[in-house]
Amino acid sequence: MTFLSDEQLRHLQQVTGHDLPEPERYRWIEQLGRGGMGTVHLAEDLPLERQVAIKVLHAHGADAAGTQRLLREARILAGLEHPGIVPIHDVGTLPDGRLFYVMQYVRGQRLDAFFTQEHTLGDRLTVFERICETVAFAHAAGVIHRDLKPANIMLGAFGEVRVLDWGIAKRLAESGDPSGALTTQSSAESEADSPTVTRATAAGTVVGTPGFMAPEQARGDLARVDERSDVFALGGVLYYLLTGRPPLTPEAFETLRAGGPLRIADVRQAAPHVPRALEAICGKALAAEPAGRYRSVAEMRCDVQQFRGGFAVSALREGPLDATARVLWKYRGFVLLVLAYILMRSLLLSWPA
Amino acid sequence: MFRDTDIGGSDGQFPPTQRTLLVLAGSDDPAQRRAAWDRLIAAYWKPVYKYLRLRCGCDNEQAKDLTQAFFARALEKDDLQRYEAGRAAFRTFLRACLDNFWRTQRTAAQRLKRGGGLLRQDFEQAERELTATPGHDDPEALFEQEWRRSLWEVGLQRLRDELRDAGAEAVLAVFEACDLADPNQRPTYAELAARFEIPETQVTNHLARARRRLRALLLGHLRELTGSPEEFADEAARLLGTAR
Repeated sequence: MTFLSDEQLRHLQQVTGHDLPEPERYRWIEQLGRGGMGTVHLAEDLPLERQVAIKVLHAHGADAAGTQRLLREARILAGLEHPGIVPIHDVGTLPDGRLFYVMQYVRGQRLDAFFTQEHTLGDRLTVFERICETVAFAHAAGVIHRDLKPANIMLGAFGEVRVLDWGIAKRLAESGDPSGALTTQSSAESEADSPTVTRATAAGTVVGTPGFMAPEQARGDLARVDERSDVFALGGVLYYLLTGRPPLTPEAFETLRAGGPLRIADVRQAAPHVPRALEAICGKALAAEPAGRYRSVAEMRCDVQQFRGGFAVSALREGPLDATARVLWKYRGFVLLVLAYILMRSLLLSWPA
Repeated sequence: MFRDTDIGGSDGQFPPTQRTLLVLAGSDDPAQRRAAWDRLIAAYWKPVYKYLRLRCGCDNEQAKDLTQAFFARALEKDDLQRYEAGRAAFRTFLRACLDNFWRTQRTAAQRLKRGGGLLRQDFEQAERELTATPGHDDPEALFEQEWRRSLWEVGLQRLRDELRDAGAEAVLAVFEACDLADPNQRPTYAELAARFEIPETQVTNHLARARRRLRALLLGHLRELTGSPEEFADEAARLLGTAR
């Protein structure tokens, strides 16, 4: 008899663990993920002969409120037409009455898997800028993600970046409706090692992922959750890209949730080779108070571009030495040429006639 | 009412007329009784053996003897008849019996009563598997982990037998190449299509068929091993990893 490893067992559970009735034009292939709200399945779109991903509500959550939440999520996605956001194709109901929506099946690797491979700082920042572009687009459309983390970012084979899982996203116009958007059960299809938390607190409901969650989100301070909460999470993603770890440890998160101070290890403590300007960008995005962060994702992205171009960044007040070093580094080719010229001239002048 | 599994029978009901192995194991008909025991042992010998090795610290030979002795004693004393469906899962009951058995053997330092030729299982294979079996601090979790693995292995063997009998070797080959592959080297559907020289849609057809049958065989087997609809539903959710 074949021995089944734990990984094989998990895979078999995943591909056989459901018995959903099939909608008319789709055939189930396998389950891709499971979250608090529903499951995501790989399926075949029979008339078009293509693979798609379908999100279906759990049977136990398929009441009117659950259906409304999934429909709301589908509508948010449908309103965000951007290359960095998975397009939605269809909405329908299973033969048993459960709502589902169909989206593009995204192939690629998650950002946390990408990090384990060798990539230059430039590659990492290129990816980060694309994530920022996508989130900035959503903010411009009035939607905040609220669960940005490496596990929710997918990279395609040709450098495409997709921001996934808008299950707990919120339309900014919905603020002040704690019984609606913010009490939504998480639908994130998160892995067990980076769980999305949905936990009722005295002040409100906590949604997001501990390692990347803004303080106001962790404390359930709903009124203060806005674009800058996503800025904090993006700061966390940048921190992860630079150091390989989330900014908040489980203990730091618990302290924060209990109303304690925000404690994040310095970037350069975890990764000493990281330039100070990038550390400062991270630090500004990860400020405890929303007012101390970048006002928008676009502003943060602009700072990253400034850094890459060799210019001063708004997050770091440079001293004269730092500024000189940066300018010399930026024009290092020209500086070397001038130095070589001066050296040659000196040698020629001092050569005995 | 919505359902997201076929747990509880094809129409949501536990088959009321089915006599589970737990009942048949106490039958007056020796042939029926023996057949039921054979199937129960097939499902449980490996979790018992590994539990004795990993949890009780028995060495290889001692664990073999104790596994034999445990089932021999259970058969002789008709221990299963003490099981009351509804109080706990049969798996939990069996593990409690095993703990009790181990305690008796150890504290009284009794001479082990060997099971003789009761088990003809591949202990050497089970021993090799131990290196790939992660340990567990919680005895219940360890036993459950090995119980789950054992049932899947039995289900898989039944699927192989069934597909071969039906002449569906191609279905089996695609299934094994995909779902039993090394998780780090699992081929894509396109790669499988190229390897077996069939269209990609045929790959997904084969996989859908094999997976559906595996699920049905697994749940059918589990149904035999449980004492009540509630226990079946609960154990099925654990087995399929859908427990909330």
